[in-house]
Amino acid sequence: MKGSKHFSVTVRAWRQAGPAEPGKMVSYKVKDVSPDMSFLEMLDILNDDLLKKGETPITFESDCREGICGSCGLVVNGDVHGPDEHSTVCQLHMRRFSDGDVITVEPWRVKAFPILKDLAVDRSALDRVIAAGGFVSVNTGAAADANATPVEKDKAEEAMDAAACIGCGACVTSCPNGAGMLFTGAKISQLALLPQGGPERAKRALSMVAAMDKEGFGNCTNEYECEAVCPKDIKVANIARMNREFLLANLFSKR
Amino acid sequence: MKLDAKIPAGPIEKKWDSHKFNLKLVNPSNRRKYDVLVVGSGLAGASAAASLGELGFNVKVFTLHDSTRRAHSIAAQGGINAAKNYPNDGDSVWRLFHDTVKGGDYRAREANVYRLAQISNQIIDHCAAIGVPFGREYSGLLSNRSFGGAQVSRTFYSRGQTGQQLLLGAYSAMMRQVAAGTVTILPRREMTDVVLKNGQARGITVRNLLTGELESHSGHAVLLCTGGYANVFNLSTNAGSCNVSAAWAAYKRGAGFANPCFTQIHPTCIPRSGEHQSKLTLMSESLRNDGRVWVPKAKGDKRPPQDIPEAERDYYLERRYPAFGNLVPRDIASRAAKTVADSGYGVGPSSQAVYLDFRDSIKRKGENKIKDEYGNLFDMYYQITDENAYKSPMRIYPAPHYSMGGLWVDYNLMTTVPGLFALGEANFSDHGANRLGASALMQGLADGFFVAPSTVSGYLGANKFEAVSTGDKEFTDSSKQVQDRVNRLLAVKGKKTPAELHRQLGNVMWNDVGMGRSEATLKKALKKIPEIREEFWKNVAISGADRDFNQTLEKAMKVADFMEFSELLVKDALERNESCGGHFREESCTPEGEAKRDDANFSHAAVWEYQGEGKEAALHKEALTFENIKMAERSYK
Repeated sequence: MKGSKHFSVTVRAWRQAGPAEPGKMVSYKVKDVSPDMSFLEMLDILNDDLLKKGETPITFESDCREGICGSCGLVVNGDVHGPDEHSTVCQLHMRRFSDGDVITVEPWRVKAFPILKDLAVDRSALDRVIAAGGFVSVNTGAAADANATPVEKDKAEEAMDAAACIGCGACVTSCPNGAGMLFTGAKISQLALLPQGGPERAKRALSMVAAMDKEGFGNCTNEYECEAVCPKDIKVANIARMNREFLLANLFSKR
Repeated sequence: MKLDAKIPAGPIEKKWDSHKFNLKLVNPSNRRKYDVLVVGSGLAGASAAASLGELGFNVKVFTLHDSTRRAHSIAAQGGINAAKNYPNDGDSVWRLFHDTVKGGDYRAREANVYRLAQISNQIIDHCAAIGVPFGREYSGLLSNRSFGGAQVSRTFYSRGQTGQQLLLGAYSAMMRQVAAGTVTILPRREMTDVVLKNGQARGITVRNLLTGELESHSGHAVLLCTGGYANVFNLSTNAGSCNVSAAWAAYKRGAGFANPCFTQIHPTCIPRSGEHQSKLTLMSESLRNDGRVWVPKAKGDKRPPQDIPEAERDYYLERRYPAFGNLVPRDIASRAAKTVADSGYGVGPSSQAVYLDFRDSIKRKGENKIKDEYGNLFDMYYQITDENAYKSPMRIYPAPHYSMGGLWVDYNLMTTVPGLFALGEANFSDHGANRLGASALMQGLADGFFVAPSTVSGYLGANKFEAVSTGDKEFTDSSKQVQDRVNRLLAVKGKKTPAELHRQLGNVMWNDVGMGRSEATLKKALKKIPEIREEFWKNVAISGADRDFNQTLEKAMKVADFMEFSELLVKDALERNESCGGHFREESCTPEGEAKRDDANFSHAAVWEYQGEGKEAALHKEALTFENIKMAERSYK
C-alpha cells in the first residue's frame, strides 16, 4: 500500500428512516481518511462517529467486503458501485478521492427494489425470479459420473462468465427502464449453455421471463448501462440469448 | 453429559452403508408432517434444505442475510476436493481419508473422515448435474488442480470462485424446492435461542432484523448450519456477519462445544494496512501452485523485490519442506511466515508480510495462462493494494480464516441435545486440528446433501413427538430471555462503539491466542477478556430502537457473544498442553520448531458443557482411536 497523507471529505448521504418515511440528503464531514481505506471503511468511521455523538448511524448493507457476496450496492457520485469499472463498491478505495471532495451516496433507486432504510433496499425480487426456474431439476443422489457428460471447454467458460453474477442488482438500478434482464439473462444463459440445463430450456425461459415481468422490472431498450456497471463484467449478449430462448420456447413449446 | 459418538460397528469401508440401512425411514406420505428448521443457508444449510425438501419434509430456512445466496460460503475461492482420481495420479478414497486425518494432525474421528472421503465423489457428480460450471479441459472433461497437504491433484474448481458456484448450485436446488412448496425461506432472521421441550430441540427463537420483533418457530428437528467463529479475532477473512451466536445459544442450552481452540490461520492473506481495517482478504491457496514464497536473506532488506537477486532470496518453504515445498498445509505455512517475520525478515511497510512471487510461473507458462487461472485474484489484489502482481510479487501474511472446532456431534451429526443437529463449519467435524484446503466445501456439501437426509430422517422416524405450540411456556420463556438481553444492551448507553470493543477483544485474541500460544499468554488473555467484557456491558454505545432495522444492535449482540465465547476458547487452548495442527503451544515443539503432539495425554476431542452463568464449564473427553491409520509425526519434509 502506498500510504500517503490522511485527508477529509464530505459525505452527502440519503437518509430515510423507513420504507414509508420521506427521505433527504444529509451532509457529514469525515476527517482522517486514509487513502488505503476502503470506501465502506470510511463509512464505518463516519458511523462510529455518529454513534458516539448519540446520532443514528447510516444503514447500508455489506458482508464479505471482497466483491463476491453481492450484499453491498451504493450509488456514489451518480455512479452505480462507484467510479471503478467492473467492481463492487466494497472494493472502491479512498485513494480514488482527494482532500475536500464532496461525495454523494445514494441507494439503488428502482421500482423493483423498495428502499427499506437509508441506503438499504429490498432485492428479494431477484430470488423470486430464480425460484421460477433458475435451476436444474435433478434430485440429490440421481446423478451419473460427472465425466459422463463432457462439456465443450469454450461453452463451459461462457457458462461460467454468465454464472459469475453476484445478484447485487446493479444492472437493474443502472437501467433507465429498471430492467432485470441482465440478471435473468445470465442465469438462463448459464443453464442453456450447459447440456445439464438442456431438458428444461424452454420451460425455464418462459417461466423466468414471466416472473421477471410480474416483479415489476422494466424491459430492455439496448442502453447497455447494465453491462457497463456490472461488477462481474456480464455481457448483454446474455440478454440476446434470453430473448432467443424465449422466442424459441414460444414458437415451439407445447406449453 | 454423555458422549456417545454412535460410530457404527464393522470395517471402516462398510460403516456408512450399514448405518444407512439401520437408520429408520419415514414413509414418503408422512414426511410432510415433519417440520425441519434449518438455520443458515451456506453450503451446508442450502444443500440440507434442498435434499430434505426433495424427500418431502416441510423445511423452513432462516438466514440473517437479505437473500440465502449471500452466505459466506460464497467467498471460498480455490476448490473442492474429491477422490475421483481422474488425473490417474494414485488418488483413492483411502488416500483422501488418510491425507485428511494426517492433515488434521490425528485429532479427527476416523469414521467421519472416511465417510467424507467416500461421499466426495458423489458431490462432484451431483454438482455437475445441477449446472455448476466447473473448470474443464479441451476434452470437455473436468479439470483438477493441486492444493496444500496433498501430493495428488484432486481439487475441482470454478476459476477462483468455486465457493460461489457451489453455493449458487445448492441455492438453486433449494429454490427449486421453494417453487415445489417444500421449502420456505425466512430471510433477515437471526437465531437467538434454541427451544427445548422434554429434552428435545423443538424450535427456535429468531429476531426479525427488519422489525426487531422476536418470532418463535416450532419443528421436529433443528439443523444449525451457521458457520464458524473466526471473527472472534475481529479481523479475519470471514464476512462481517459471521458469528458464534447461534452455536453459543445452543451451547447454553446444553449442546457440548468441542475443541474451540482449533482455529485455522490462513497463510496467504493481504496484510493489514491500518487501524481502520474492517476485514482481511484471502488470496486463494491455489496461488501456491504457481507462486513461490520468499523473503530476503538479509534482515531488514528494503530494496524493491525485483532488485533482490536470486541468490539473496530465501525460499524458506522450499528449503525447509523439500517434499511439499510451497504446498505444505496451512498451519505449517502460516507458522513459517510468522517465524521469518518475527526474526526480522518480513517485508513491506509493516514488515509483517512475505512475498508470494509469480515471476517464474509467468516466465514458464506466460502471463495469459496465469491470468486465466487466477485473474480475479490478481484484480482483487490490485484493487486493495494498488499494486500489479504480474509485475511485482504479492505481499501476504497469515490471518484467521476457519474454525475446526464447533458443536460436538455424533456420527449422525446430532449434538448432545436430541433433535439438534450441526452441519458444516458449525460442527467440530472432520478436520481435526487443521483443515486442508478445498475440504470445507466438500464437508459442507457432504453434510447437507448426503449425510443429513439420512440421519435426520433416521431421527424423525425413530422418535415420538409430543404436539408443541409456539404459545407453550418454553417458547415464551425463551423470547422473554432474549428480550431481556436486548433490553439490557440498550440500557447501557455507553461511549464505546461495538466495533471498538470488538477490536479490543480481537487484539487480545490475535496477540495472545493467535498463531503462537503459551501458558503465559493464555493466562494473560484469561485476565484481560473478562475486563473487556465488563467494559462492554458498562460502556457499549448503541443508538436507535429495538423494534427497528438496527445494525448497531445486531453487531452488539454478536460481539456480546464473542465476549463470552472467547474465554472458553482460551480455556480450551490452556487445557490442551500440546501442539497439534493450528493449535501451537510454544512449550510443545521439536528442536526444529515444528509442532509436537502429545498423543498419550491429548488424543481426544475436548468437549465443554455449560454449567450456568458465571460458572466454570465442565470438560468431557471423547477419546479418539485410530484403527486404520497409524499415528505418526506429521512430516512434510
